[in-house]
Amino acid sequence: MSKKEVVVREDILGSNKKVAAEIRERMEKSGVLVVNLLSSPGSGKTTLLERIIETLKPTHPLAVIEGDIETERDAERIRRKGVPAWQITTGGACHLEAKMIGRLIPEIPAETKFLFIENVGNLVCPASYDLGESLRCVLLSAPEGDDKPKKYPKAFASADCLIFTKSDLIPFLPFDLERAGNEALDINPRLRVFVTSALKGRGVAELARYFIESRVNMIQHQRHA
Amino acid sequence: MHELSIVASLFEILEEKAREQKAARVVRVSLKVGKLAGVVPEFLQTAFDSYKRDTIAAEAALEVTLVPLRVKCRKCRAVTEKDDFVFTCSACGSTELEVLEGTELLLDKLDLEV
Repeated sequence: MSKKEVVVREDILGSNKKVAAEIRERMEKSGVLVVNLLSSPGSGKTTLLERIIETLKPTHPLAVIEGDIETERDAERIRRKGVPAWQITTGGACHLEAKMIGRLIPEIPAETKFLFIENVGNLVCPASYDLGESLRCVLLSAPEGDDKPKKYPKAFASADCLIFTKSDLIPFLPFDLERAGNEALDINPRLRVFVTSALKGRGVAELARYFIESRVNMIQHQRHA
Repeated sequence: MHELSIVASLFEILEEKAREQKAARVVRVSLKVGKLAGVVPEFLQTAFDSYKRDTIAAEAALEVTLVPLRVKCRKCRAVTEKDDFVFTCSACGSTELEVLEGTELLLDKLDLEV
């Protein structure tokens, strides 16, 4: 028996990235903007999504994939809004992976313009997994505290947009919006920042407009490619 | 704690390479992990030790080399190391930086017995 050293230099998450790239190509060609929503549990992803749906749905058919460890609850909430929704229950896993999304892609209705993926509530693990999205949004709710960007740099570094949620609570909390925003921009100067309150409706129209503009840019980019 | 998922993906590559090389055993597994890879090396070790049982790498040692986050400024071309995740050039203050290394999660090398 002899010893042998083999140089591999292979990306451990390469197979996930490959599936994600296939999803992105297929969705972008079909004019579907895929948005991956990342945040801690309870930061208000589903509630904000309900508001976004109310704003976008009259003009832009959309679909939603919900990721949770257990229960069908979030998908049921979205379906009540008249939007097709699929629930992925990971049974313990802390993040979604591209192949889980890939299995659902054939079921997405042809007229869909936006596919929102609500990741498992977790600010750490989902950041490492590309799901084939064209836009990654990280949410930070006021009650979580303004010190989170530096504590969870990967999530903020990998995002395209930062959405502050529950901004109606800021007057009651020691939450410094400017500090949190600046910390996030230190990590990622390209971040687009939105301040929202799903309860009061603040910032929802601006965010919906950003999604519409991002889709237009994606389609124009496709034409020039 | 997604390190177990990562180790599962690692083993898919590792087992394929070991088969290609007709290896009898994997003795050492060497990884390169960037500072901004989003994984905790200690958890990788724990996940690796529990996953390797009854595999071709049952006796293998895991070696993790940490890769610092290094960026290159598109304006002044300075190459700097970032400890603080503040993405502005330490030399000129520009925010137009290109990441050279520090986000990777690589299976670098395998030491085999063939």
